[in-house]
Amino acid sequence: MAARERTRAERPVGLPRWLYVPAVVGAAFVLLPLVAIVAKVDWSHFGDLITSEGSRAAFWLSLKTSAASTSLCIAFGVPMAVVLARRQFRGAAVLRSLVLLPLVLPPVVGGLALLYTFGRRGLLGSELDALGVQVAFSTVAVVLAQTFVALPFLVVSMEGALRTAGQRYEVVAASLGAGPTTVFRRITLPLVLPGLLSGAVLAFARSLGEFGATITFAGSLQGRTRTLPLEIYLQRETDPDAAVALALVLVVVAVLVIGLARQSRGVL
Amino acid sequence: MSLELSCVVGERGVDLALEVHSGETLAVLGPNGSGKSTALGVVAGLVTPDAGRVVLDGRVLTDVGPGRSGVRVAPHARRTALLGQEPLLFPHLDALENVAFGPRSAGAPRATARRDARRWLDEVGVSELSARRPGQLSGGQAQRVAVARALAAEPALLMLDEPLAALDVAVLPALRQTLRRVLAERTAIVVTHDPLDALLLADRVVVLADGRVVEQGPSADVLSRPRSPFAARLAGLNLVAGTWRDGSVETAEGLRVHGLVVGDPPAAGERAIATFRPAAVAVYREAVEGSPRNAFEVTITEIEPLADLVRVHAGPLHADVTVQAAAELDLVTGLVATFSVKATEVAVYRAA
Amino acid sequence: MPSRRRAASSGVALLLSLASVAACGDSGGDGGRTVTVYAAASLTATFTDLAREFEEQHEGVEVELSFGGSSDLVAQLQEGAPADVFASADQATMDKLTAAGLQAGDPQVFATNTLEIVTPPDNPAAITSFADLAGDGVNVVVCAPEVPCGAATVKAEEAAGVTLSPVSEEQSVTDVLAKVTSGEADAGLVYVTDVTAAGGAVHGVPFPESGEVVNTYPIVVLEEAEDGELAQEFVDLVLSDTGQGALGRAGFGRP
Repeated sequence: MAARERTRAERPVGLPRWLYVPAVVGAAFVLLPLVAIVAKVDWSHFGDLITSEGSRAAFWLSLKTSAASTSLCIAFGVPMAVVLARRQFRGAAVLRSLVLLPLVLPPVVGGLALLYTFGRRGLLGSELDALGVQVAFSTVAVVLAQTFVALPFLVVSMEGALRTAGQRYEVVAASLGAGPTTVFRRITLPLVLPGLLSGAVLAFARSLGEFGATITFAGSLQGRTRTLPLEIYLQRETDPDAAVALALVLVVVAVLVIGLARQSRGVL
Repeated sequence: MSLELSCVVGERGVDLALEVHSGETLAVLGPNGSGKSTALGVVAGLVTPDAGRVVLDGRVLTDVGPGRSGVRVAPHARRTALLGQEPLLFPHLDALENVAFGPRSAGAPRATARRDARRWLDEVGVSELSARRPGQLSGGQAQRVAVARALAAEPALLMLDEPLAALDVAVLPALRQTLRRVLAERTAIVVTHDPLDALLLADRVVVLADGRVVEQGPSADVLSRPRSPFAARLAGLNLVAGTWRDGSVETAEGLRVHGLVVGDPPAAGERAIATFRPAAVAVYREAVEGSPRNAFEVTITEIEPLADLVRVHAGPLHADVTVQAAAELDLVTGLVATFSVKATEVAVYRAA
Repeated sequence: MPSRRRAASSGVALLLSLASVAACGDSGGDGGRTVTVYAAASLTATFTDLAREFEEQHEGVEVELSFGGSSDLVAQLQEGAPADVFASADQATMDKLTAAGLQAGDPQVFATNTLEIVTPPDNPAAITSFADLAGDGVNVVVCAPEVPCGAATVKAEEAAGVTLSPVSEEQSVTDVLAKVTSGEADAGLVYVTDVTAAGGAVHGVPFPESGEVVNTYPIVVLEEAEDGELAQEFVDLVLSDTGQGALGRAGFGRP
């Protein structure tokens, strides 16, 4: 409340004028390609293009797998972030760097790494085979690929939020008799909820756009492993109009997700 | 005996032991870095000492160090509530839920916890604020809610770490009264810089310096007959420490201070303390001859306005004189002057 | 005011520097003659050899090669990429190019390619015929019908009267091969030339029905060619006995 009033009343310190030039150039660099896509869309057939069987299957598969991988990211990423942010142990710095590796790794390499881990001849392949689980070419493989590339986004965002929130409230809560689980549930999580939310949105968006690891690890089959980006890539071969239309759909979904998250955070 | 603490924390140069009796409030005084907060941290289980033992109501909370049992009860299982300078109310909960947090954590049903919370909010006089978020409370209101929250957890020991230090002066008297009421009959430790807190809130005082206990006793005794420079400063008294010899306190520098002996007279050669009020000190530009007075030749180090008086500092001693007198004497820093105080204004007592 | 002007000019300078970076990519010319060849990815090894041969035959001439998916290459050419020769991996893609009127003269078929079954070296699913691919529990990977190798696969299915249920429909032959070499898939359908190129990493299983589905490789000089004669000489080399010999060694069939 107070903060909002302050921003309205106070005039911020001026920015150097030249700063606007690179800022505008940078914004144009990001926005122009989006404009170009919109300009390329064949609007007269747009409806048909995005409602074809292949497109719809890819769209729903993308939404489902991204939701599943975001859930996995939350389930594993939040505990990872808490341990990294709250515990000092030997090798923590190294572990943190390794966890972030998928951020810089080419997704194709991530896909290969997953293949060597969960593939039939991979590290865990024979064990999984013995259990009757075949990961490759399944929707599970898509979710694993997406989780692999999206997890760092959630961990980074969450760890930052945890460090910013600090431990003072947690100490108070413990001194009031709350056990670690109660503190985590009633104090830590609510305090970092905005960070968790933005981390989840980033993870979802990254999952939605995931391509390289999926095509390397999961393959491409309509309704099972062919997500929206793979469908776009395939359509581009024969029907560039459909590819452009689907690309626009992907952009719109991403913008919607980010916008919704921003709005709900405003409510918080 | 309710709380028994002994601890060594090498890293912070702390090595102390203290006790708080059941139903007693102990004030812990001491300069910054003297180990006050470390001691509270050890009791709360937030700091693990190199060696130490904490026993609360017969329950061993900490017992670590060479040859010890290694017991370290987790902070939440100690029943020691800690309240600091800042209220640190949970920002996502309203005042009522903040106060209900302790009972809820102890397993009370929601309705019971809320009823408790209302009672405690009422107890500290802010029942009308129960629906407010912490961001909508003033500093004093927030600290009251924080007190209610700590009390609602029904701790076996309540620890207040400078609870009034961050608050507006205007709200201090009322909140101090509230604390006085809720601390009565409660086992508590109050860390403070304010002698008034020590007098009003605490039954007993412990003074720490450099991680050690340098002085302890009933609040009124410690503040009227301080034995440490810190306690004397808090009490607003001049303190001269030395050896009892021939009816006077002789300092290491060879000064002799005469005064009225309070309590058991010191034995010859025993450490003794002389204290006197700054207002009892008269300041002269020349040496004073033959009177039943104590006279010290001093160099003025600082002159400080103090309400309608002027406080004249000369090293560890100080004198309060009227503005008029200060002007007449033309006192300036660096001037060599004489501080004089009647023997009848000086209290002399044993150092231990 | 002066500061504003300076700011604007530095922005222009930034844009200009970006533009000059972009321009660098184009100015590969060294005054000598250059033939730029856009060719389907499956021709990489053969055309690299032939380009060296061509450079030896023509003093001071440099051959620049750009390999990629045939559709990608046509898309680039349509957007104005400067090239002299285009060699496609299938007729349909070449048709796209001619429909856009980018050719100079008629395309000529210079090679053919047929499908072959590919398995990991140990052939774990014991595949010996096309019909085996439809067996229970066999993980078959093929190209998606949208891409040329996938279209050929559909025709092969029709010719053999067998319907496959692949576990994945890949984007390209390379992706199919990768799934097989890594052992994820039991079998895949690729071109004979891909099996030849992969060497010992895979095991090839020829099948008679492949003769029904022959993929033809057309080549053409482009209208935009800077030196049409030189470009035609490169095409002639590909069609010559030398060129055909090299293609044959890579597994291609004669037209």
